[in-house]
Amino acid sequence: MLAQSAKYFVPDPSKRMIWGSFALLFLALGAASWMNGASSGRWVVLVGFALLLVMLVGWFSDVIGESESGQYNRQVDVAFRWSMSWFIFSEVMFFAAFFGALFYARNLAVPWLGDIDHKILWPDFSSTWPTSGPTGEKFTPMNATGLPAWNTAILLTSGVTLTLAHHALRADHRRPLLIWLGATVLLGVLFLFLQADEYAHAYHELNLKLSTGIYGTTFFMLTGFHGFHVTIGTIMLITIWFRCAKGHFKPDHHFGFEAVAWYWHFVDVVWLLLFILVYFL
Amino acid sequence: MSQTTAAAVGHAHDHAHDHGDHGHGHHPTGFMRWLTTTNHKDIGSMYLWFSFTMFLMGGVLALGIRAELFKPGLQLWHPEFFNQLTTMHGVIMVFGAIMPAFVGFANWLVPMQIGAPDMAFARMNNWSFWLLPPAALLLVISFFVPGGAAAGGWTLYAPLTSQMGPGMDLAIFALHILGASSIMGSINIVVTILNMRAPGMTLMKMPMFVWTWLITAYLLIAVMPVLAGAITMTLTDRHFGTSFFNAAGGGDPVMYQHVFWFFGHPEVYIMILPAFGIVSHVIPAFARKPLFGYSSMVYATSSIAILSFIVWAHHMFVVGMPAAGVLFFMYATVLIAVPTGVKVFNWLATMWRGSMTFETPMLFAVGFLFVFSMGGFTGLVCAIAPIDLQIQDTYYVVAHFHYVLVAGSLFALFSGAYFWLPKWTGHMYSESLGKLHFWLSLIFFNITFFPMHFLGLAGMPRRIPDYATQFADFNMIASIGAFGFGLSQLVFLVAVLKCVRGGEKATAQVWEGAEGLEWTLPSPAPYHSFEVPPQVK
Repeated sequence: MLAQSAKYFVPDPSKRMIWGSFALLFLALGAASWMNGASSGRWVVLVGFALLLVMLVGWFSDVIGESESGQYNRQVDVAFRWSMSWFIFSEVMFFAAFFGALFYARNLAVPWLGDIDHKILWPDFSSTWPTSGPTGEKFTPMNATGLPAWNTAILLTSGVTLTLAHHALRADHRRPLLIWLGATVLLGVLFLFLQADEYAHAYHELNLKLSTGIYGTTFFMLTGFHGFHVTIGTIMLITIWFRCAKGHFKPDHHFGFEAVAWYWHFVDVVWLLLFILVYFL
Repeated sequence: MSQTTAAAVGHAHDHAHDHGDHGHGHHPTGFMRWLTTTNHKDIGSMYLWFSFTMFLMGGVLALGIRAELFKPGLQLWHPEFFNQLTTMHGVIMVFGAIMPAFVGFANWLVPMQIGAPDMAFARMNNWSFWLLPPAALLLVISFFVPGGAAAGGWTLYAPLTSQMGPGMDLAIFALHILGASSIMGSINIVVTILNMRAPGMTLMKMPMFVWTWLITAYLLIAVMPVLAGAITMTLTDRHFGTSFFNAAGGGDPVMYQHVFWFFGHPEVYIMILPAFGIVSHVIPAFARKPLFGYSSMVYATSSIAILSFIVWAHHMFVVGMPAAGVLFFMYATVLIAVPTGVKVFNWLATMWRGSMTFETPMLFAVGFLFVFSMGGFTGLVCAIAPIDLQIQDTYYVVAHFHYVLVAGSLFALFSGAYFWLPKWTGHMYSESLGKLHFWLSLIFFNITFFPMHFLGLAGMPRRIPDYATQFADFNMIASIGAFGFGLSQLVFLVAVLKCVRGGEKATAQVWEGAEGLEWTLPSPAPYHSFEVPPQVK
């Protein structure tokens, strides 16, 4: 039951969120003990993760239910639009920190390590990118042509198929909607599969690891966080595919769909930057 | 939709009663009420009580520091534990006390001041708050793990943080959770302000507190993810073999400082801009004049926010950077004095020829003006690179940032608390307790921190548990002041508890000169502030 006035939507008290707080507490405690050698910590992490999952699924179900039963007016719709934009902005800033680290390392830190002062410490170090640092192992950097180029094509195509799905939704053509959206999901999964293959290639054949100095660090952290975001995005796409299949969303009222599309395009843009700054240059 | 404010208020009040009869019948009571609440006032109160608890906790740590520094030599603590005290005092005061206190004010006031029923995302609001206790718990637990709590300073500089025990990981996770809470809270506040203003309330008619919080929330959304990035890099450097801050792998510990201060400098404005907002309400109310230069205040706040992104390396002058970099960051920093000066002059001009009275909120606001301005001036001194090379990491810097954080942010919080307490509780607070609290705070604050300027100029380094004997006198004075200041805060606790439990009934208007939508609501304000939007002319 909702304490709703004629004008505003105000949700009732809810027991869900507190479980999310317990979840994060368990995740933090479990991860901290796991990382410091207490392997039983992983079970605490697992419990925390499961709790978080249950809480988020429940929360989103509430929101979907309220939306589908028509309790959200225009103002709530605008609130969702604003909040998704600001959330994506916060994600942009998160990636900015890591791109900033890459910039700093390539243009400042590594050249400084090769200067005359450091010659005393590390006479054989040549400060050219890519590098694993003065004490790092030999490795082969990732080539931009090949898999990464394919992955670029795949993600760009998935942006197109998602837009086609959006057009189909607006025209109320449900079958093409499901087909194009399904194609987007498949392309997302394919991207992740190829990315995993690329990581295996890097570890086994290129001797390129997370611990391979600053190159390995920036390469895996940037592509890894991107891959994590693609994973989240793919789960979001699968969710709205099922919602579409159940007949959710109207041609004029489907912000849930658009929010996922915004997120997917954001992930797409991050990949383009990655492709240029991490792989190509 | 009602056409006048008065009608809307009446209507809102009726609704509140209706819900009291049936709607709230299903609402949990007791402790469950607070766990499950989606109400901005409940959540605001929880934020305020949480932050006050953390304030006392951080204060106890500070007294631990001052007790050790009471006289030269090592008396009470091992140096390692002293490092934990300074670090956790900073982390708890910044992330546990000051920031949540301002979010508590935002929760209480933003919906009332813009004529909305509640925050835009009431459930997310609940979660934003309930993420704080787990984070606080992690920080407390970190004291008891092997190696103790984080001890690298609240700035968590690499490579110190690459070396510590599990306490460091707990601090990192606590900061991640606090960051998630801040981002959700800020998105909520921004969306509430942009989307839920009453009809007729254009951006340039918004109350100053709402403006300052809009800009603060924008800063938070922009920089909290950067902090998350910085501490994630620390975490992977510690446990997963990355080389962000490890020169042997091609990284650079200085890089941590750049990423951290890109967050850290906007962060200090995050802690002062809402204080500016509060003072901009209190001074006009007790000068019985509208705020002088409203639009210049808005532009000055925005300028400070923009400048805050391009001054971070002034925290790093001694680290070493190209001369052009030093000059750029020095000039950019000094430039911030311009919009800040605009604000101070506007407050002075607001008081000019006003019919002023000095109730507790006004005392704290005027105290803020004096003492914060002094902190601003020492900030200018610190900004000058050649001088900063001398005073970096000395007690001069400690004096400077406590003048702006304690006498700035905290005094403004007290001012706002006394100002709006009658609206929140429906009772007047005890004016004599309030005045006692103010004068004790002001005097002991200056006894504590004023001597630190001299200590710093004479070269006493910060974060060191022992010191040369020539620093003994001033340190003893500062320690006495610190204990006095700490005890004075119990007066505030008593004043608030008394006010919550009873006292003279407050009218809706409360203060003769107060202006804004919140004063059109009855005291205490109804459960849902405005269920039908008031019309703003």
